[in-house]
Amino acid sequence: GGMAALLLLLLLAAAGAGPGRADAERERRDALQEELLLSPLPTGDVAATFQFRTRWDADLQRGSVSHYRLFPKALGRLVAALGVRELHLALTQGFWRTRYWGQPPLQAPAGAELWVWFQPTVTDVDKAWKELSNILSGIFCASLNFIDSTNTVIPTASFKPLGLANGTDHHLLRYAVLPREVVCTENLTPWKKLLPCGSKAGLAVLLKAERLFHSSYHSQAVHIRPICRDASCLAVSWELRQTLTVVFDFFSSGQGKKDWSLFKMFSRTLTDSCPLASQSKVYVDISPKNKEKELLEVSPAPTSVHEAVVQGDKKTYAVYDLLSPSLFNTSRSLNVQLKWKRPQDSSEMPIPTLHAQRYVGGYGLQTGEICTLIYNTHPYRAFPVILLETVPWYLRLYVHTLTIITKGKENKPSYIHYQPAQDRRRPHLLEMLIQLPANSVTKITIQFERALLKWTEYPPDPNHGFYVGSSVLSALVPSVTAMKDMDVEQSPLFTSLFPSSDGSSYFVRLYTEPLLVNLPTPDFSMPYNVICLTCTVVAVCYGSFYNLLTRTFHVEEPSRGGLAKRLANVIRKFRGVPPL
Amino acid sequence: ADAALHPLQDTTLGSLTVYVVPETSSLLPQGINVYVGKHRSALVRAVGSLAALQARLREVTQVMSFTAASIAAALSDRVPDGRLSPDARRDLKSSLGYEITFSLLNPDPKSHTVDWDIEGAVNRYVKPVLDKLSLVANFSVDSQILYYAVLGVTPRYDKESSSFLLSAHSLPHVINPVEARLGSSAASLYPVLNFLLYVPERSHSPLYIQDKDGAPVSTNAFHSPRWGGIMVYNVEAPASPQASFPLHVDVDMARVMEVFLAQLRLLFGLSREEVPPEFLLEGPGNEGLADWELDHLLWAHTVENIATVSTTLTSLAQLLDKIGNIVIKDDVASEVYRAVASVQSAVTKLSLGHLHAAFQASKEAVTSSERAFFDPSLLHLLYFPDDQKFAIYIPLFLPMAVPILLSLAKIVRETRMRKKEPTKMD
Repeated sequence: GGMAALLLLLLLAAAGAGPGRADAERERRDALQEELLLSPLPTGDVAATFQFRTRWDADLQRGSVSHYRLFPKALGRLVAALGVRELHLALTQGFWRTRYWGQPPLQAPAGAELWVWFQPTVTDVDKAWKELSNILSGIFCASLNFIDSTNTVIPTASFKPLGLANGTDHHLLRYAVLPREVVCTENLTPWKKLLPCGSKAGLAVLLKAERLFHSSYHSQAVHIRPICRDASCLAVSWELRQTLTVVFDFFSSGQGKKDWSLFKMFSRTLTDSCPLASQSKVYVDISPKNKEKELLEVSPAPTSVHEAVVQGDKKTYAVYDLLSPSLFNTSRSLNVQLKWKRPQDSSEMPIPTLHAQRYVGGYGLQTGEICTLIYNTHPYRAFPVILLETVPWYLRLYVHTLTIITKGKENKPSYIHYQPAQDRRRPHLLEMLIQLPANSVTKITIQFERALLKWTEYPPDPNHGFYVGSSVLSALVPSVTAMKDMDVEQSPLFTSLFPSSDGSSYFVRLYTEPLLVNLPTPDFSMPYNVICLTCTVVAVCYGSFYNLLTRTFHVEEPSRGGLAKRLANVIRKFRGVPPL
Repeated sequence: ADAALHPLQDTTLGSLTVYVVPETSSLLPQGINVYVGKHRSALVRAVGSLAALQARLREVTQVMSFTAASIAAALSDRVPDGRLSPDARRDLKSSLGYEITFSLLNPDPKSHTVDWDIEGAVNRYVKPVLDKLSLVANFSVDSQILYYAVLGVTPRYDKESSSFLLSAHSLPHVINPVEARLGSSAASLYPVLNFLLYVPERSHSPLYIQDKDGAPVSTNAFHSPRWGGIMVYNVEAPASPQASFPLHVDVDMARVMEVFLAQLRLLFGLSREEVPPEFLLEGPGNEGLADWELDHLLWAHTVENIATVSTTLTSLAQLLDKIGNIVIKDDVASEVYRAVASVQSAVTKLSLGHLHAAFQASKEAVTSSERAFFDPSLLHLLYFPDDQKFAIYIPLFLPMAVPILLSLAKIVRETRMRKKEPTKMD
């Protein structure tokens, strides 16, 4: 009480008044941008992509940084403590159908995918990887702790750093995918907690779980990477991007009608922007499909219209800027509505330049074949693609059966990196650089043999099958229209995740379907059967022999007969046979 | 006087120097009979008989060093309920390190833009205290700003003071909803001390905390033992009703840090005892705590560490008695031996009064015993229980045993009959 007050006064008198704050208006060292992109897909579905980008002008590697504002403390401490240079984690449910929906802005494979570049100062990368996957599994409530050496690979060519990089020794990279992981509300809640405004203001109010998971494709991701602070690139800033892509189905969410609105998709509307965000925009893709006047009408009227070349095509976007005061003048909430002016013809569906498919061929439970088909639909340009396949050790690949056939002729890859599997320790890793000629289909097949596992290694439902993770295709696809280099800070977020090297091609990363493969399973009730059978045989056999050997026989007087004899006599009387 | 005496003393940890001055000396002000300095010394005025002087000296040692009650409080986790006063079990458990997190909660960013110079405040006010405490444990400090974080309790509007009040009995319910947002530190294992600064929403301003008697608390803050503290920082309403929102607020860090550091002292149990009125305590100054208070903390932590080690090793021994199947590896055994040796050396050093060495030994003992107890190899042989062995062997041996047992019984019966009537044999 009084003593404490006395102590404190003396304490602070000694400390001095202190200079307090240096300047009246502290310049902000971090910034938040949020963005929502609505793109109607050719099949009548609609895709919504949220991106939240926090950029922090601090150097997390220095170790002394520990005062957080917009950047979440959990991730900041993780990056600083474990020496992480880049971290990309994606949790996805469903599959992006590239053939029908077009190139995705950001695709992720089904299940959980984690790839991390570590700093060169990290000495034991495997130990740091294991700690990192365990800590992330706690932060995101996902079973990432199942990532171990049996599903981690070190790609050599596929996953180059997306941020600033000083040198790329690929031993600092780790990649793992868990295809069996399921995404649900438990994973969405901690993801939303990392946003500065939470889900209380801004675009994140639309993220309600009961509508988001009622969809054909749901993918949420976290990307952390270092970027240049400004054009001269003398200092490093850290960027955290949280993205969420969801595709609402035409039949189940849209009730068979092609008109969409924010309320129909999310059962919420936007009321304001996040007060901490420096930029908060909604983009709607209103590009005409075949150069005629627009088919799609948006209401209310957008604040501006933005044109850009995205993924090789010229696209037009209607922009709603939530920070502009005129937007909420007429009504308190913003409900963007998309209406089709005239019905769409199915012949207008454009085909993406690069898409792929993968399936398992063969029959029986002993051998099989993995076939991958890669389509290049560009009319005259050929380009190379890097294919990365990770196959678990229990499907024993025979690399001598690897064949790559394009247009009927064999196609030799210019770079192959193959790392064979070690049983129960390491999976197969196959990376190839394949040149795809214009307007062609390339078929890659490789045969495998299924292994028989030990009986404790089968999962609880062994006849469901075993998952093989998606293969990854990375390519620089030539674009039809030239793209000009735009400043990263000014362009919309959905164009700036992948660095573009020049204006004539754009980088795309595609994932194929995951495979479900049956392995031969033993009969799990056999131990019980063996015990019963052996014990019965032994008991009967042994018991009979023992009795024969040791029983003593002696003559017995015939007794008058008990109940059994009388019952037998009754039956004999009926039969007409003389009694006993 | 204290500063002048400082070079004369023996400043080893755990030592105490008392100077006795004559009754008529003018060094001590009127009415004050004992002066306790910032370092490890005290001045006592010789008033009355030798017995009174002895009693006063005993009081001085009790204040500056430890008492039976404070040792019992250090062992409070091990004493059964009912034998301790309700004030016990409030100090932080002894640990190798602590993490201190300062969080600013702003539930209404549309109305208030709050800025705090936490980095400067930590360097200026908190670092000297933590440097002094670095002998006790490793400390790490960080801070964060959380938006849209609300207290779980709706405050009551009070018409007389036209302010909102949080009554004392609703305070325990405040912490739980907020804690979900604070984020646990995943990258380290040390206990976390949270200090929260809450800026109330404009619709609930100004907000005061009421103590049990109904009067508003002067510092507008409260702390929860073993968790941390919360302070409410009220923003004055803008003078003109046309002020533009959001209001810019710059937090007065001196006032805030005053309260947080006082709470830190309370959490460590440093300001607990009541001193008699004729004592004068010198303030600790910039460093936040006096040397003898540091000794007090070290005594308590050493005793607690020794008690923890003995409890851990005893439970490990009891576990081995109950489940004989566990295999103890060699390194686990060597950790146990090391823990026992460290504890014994800590106890001998404590009895000799070498506080620093005893504390280091007790820390080593705790580390070794925890490493031995939580070693993952101890779990390996737990799941081979005896009833599974029965389940496998009984279906085989029981049918085989039945004829053998029956014939054995027949043999026994026949020999007994033969013995009873030997004359019947031909």
